[in-house]
Amino acid sequence: MTQHESEHADHHVVPYGLYVRVWAALLLLTAITVTASTLDMKHVTVLTAMVIAVSKALLVLLYFMHIRFEKRIYVWMILTVLGAYGVFIGLTFTDYWYR
Amino acid sequence: MTTAAVPLTPAVPDYLRAKQGLLAWLTTTDHKRIGIMYMIGMLVFFLFAACMAIIFRLELYSPGQQLVENDVYNRLLTLHGVAMIFLFIIPGIPAVFGNFFLPIMIGAEDVAFPRLNLLSWYCYLIGGLLALVAVMTGGPDTGWTFYVPYSMSTEHNVLIPMAAAFILGWSSILTGLNFVTTVHRMRSKEMGWFQMPLFIWSLYATGWVQLLATPVVGITLVLVLLDKYVGVAIFNPASGGDPILYQHMFWIYSHPAVYIMILPAMGVVSEIIPTFSRKTIFGYKFIAFSSIAIASIGSLVWAHHMFTSGMADVARIVFSFLTFFVAVPSAVKVFNWLATMYKGSIYLGPPMVWALTFIFLFSIGGLTGLINGALSLDLHIHDTSFVVAHFHYTMFGGTIVIFFAAMHYWWPKMFGRLYNMRSAYVAAGLFFIGFNLTYFPLFIAGMRGMPRRYADYLPEYLVYHRLSTIGSWILVSSILLMLGNLLHSLFKGRRAEDNPWGGATLEWQTQTPPPVLNFNGEPDLSRGPYEYPTEVEA
Repeated sequence: MTQHESEHADHHVVPYGLYVRVWAALLLLTAITVTASTLDMKHVTVLTAMVIAVSKALLVLLYFMHIRFEKRIYVWMILTVLGAYGVFIGLTFTDYWYR
Repeated sequence: MTTAAVPLTPAVPDYLRAKQGLLAWLTTTDHKRIGIMYMIGMLVFFLFAACMAIIFRLELYSPGQQLVENDVYNRLLTLHGVAMIFLFIIPGIPAVFGNFFLPIMIGAEDVAFPRLNLLSWYCYLIGGLLALVAVMTGGPDTGWTFYVPYSMSTEHNVLIPMAAAFILGWSSILTGLNFVTTVHRMRSKEMGWFQMPLFIWSLYATGWVQLLATPVVGITLVLVLLDKYVGVAIFNPASGGDPILYQHMFWIYSHPAVYIMILPAMGVVSEIIPTFSRKTIFGYKFIAFSSIAIASIGSLVWAHHMFTSGMADVARIVFSFLTFFVAVPSAVKVFNWLATMYKGSIYLGPPMVWALTFIFLFSIGGLTGLINGALSLDLHIHDTSFVVAHFHYTMFGGTIVIFFAAMHYWWPKMFGRLYNMRSAYVAAGLFFIGFNLTYFPLFIAGMRGMPRRYADYLPEYLVYHRLSTIGSWILVSSILLMLGNLLHSLFKGRRAEDNPWGGATLEWQTQTPPPVLNFNGEPDLSRGPYEYPTEVEA
């Protein structure tokens, strides 16, 4: 990371407008989740809910928790955690898919 | 053994004499005092859990009912497991010796978050007291694993011990967070990653496992309670839940927890063996990376605890296959320790005797782990006393033996007193005999079909149980002798020099006991952690 990027990470100020837009997006996604739950989408029901939930979590992480503007080491740490979580779920499904 | 090269530093008020009074200790943010407070708490809980074991081993002296009823036996067994695992072995080495020595060994004045460190101790204390309340209110009879559906249907109180485990989990997470941050942010600027002592590498790897895995068990315990008391139907099969999901979630934490227990112990061995062999560690980078490898691979093998639970065959094969990989980095460490000793100038001080005891016992524990990990064999020995013997060889013969080794290694630095050497050797020797007599017969009994957790048995298993119970008396005598010797040294022990063992890591550069801010000036980092002077008086 260059000196400029490091300073950028330390002093980045997020405009309020961006927070409001993220908030609006979260509300919209919640509305979609609620609406989708009333539709009969068979086996993609759970997938839809999960995709929306993950999108919302990403928005919160990137903007409200500032990960988008942080140093790369924190991004890597979060990716490590997400990777570990993915592996836990994946290995558990070696049981569920074949049981 | 003394080194002529390391002079005694001038005495300034040390951390023990800095601020006196109970309140000063209870509100301290000094990592060394917090380490000591953990040690006191842990030894109390250890003796408490050991008492339970003595009682149920007495019950097993002969077939039939001798001393306690079956129900009481189950509760003793559960509380022994809960107290030993959650209150002693998991926090054990990191909370006591990690807290005390991590900042000193990296040339820092304290951990990154001293107040969080104190909060972590209070979480530990509250969790421990809740476990005691659980005893007084009857105690659960589920075993330390709280498996559903039994924990759903038992009439005994599971709420309090589960709450205790939940709060103890917080203590562990906060300690892990503190240690990972401390290694990143507080390390002396002159100390690169590969100049760190290997104990620090092991604490770093452990910290990550604590951070990533512990929340899973916390969530799981909350879900069990919601299932039991609110009826949310996650795990309870009676209302459509899946009990095997509980086992997955429980072991996603509890198997990595095995590495939370053993990795710091391996780190301590990597400190003791070079110091007492007067030789630089063999394969530094391999040992360092093997800690990371154990932490990573160890997180992928949890379902080998569940081969007979009704999992899919594919999962059983995958997890059995993955389990064998953990043996590789573990063996890397053992072979590197042996190579370090090869042609070294070995001094068999008490810490070294305990470390060698560890290598012997842990090798048996590790190799029998491969038998458990092999799917075909596990179907035969699952839930037998073979498994009990295996995990006592790894957890007791591994982690607790190294806890004792670390006490003997760092005691002079922590308290400024030397213990009686002869008593220390006698205690270690008795321990070795008592330990093997207690647990080795259980391997044979297990192979011959003795189930674990049973209060009674067929007469054909008599000889194994009798040997085991007699062994437990020797074992307890040795531990009491060891603790008595250490306590006695606090009052009557000879004053310790700054570097009684001739160690090369930073804690041996500072005065004994260390000052409040750890060093009287800048520590000298021109030498590596395992570079020893050539001339040694042994």
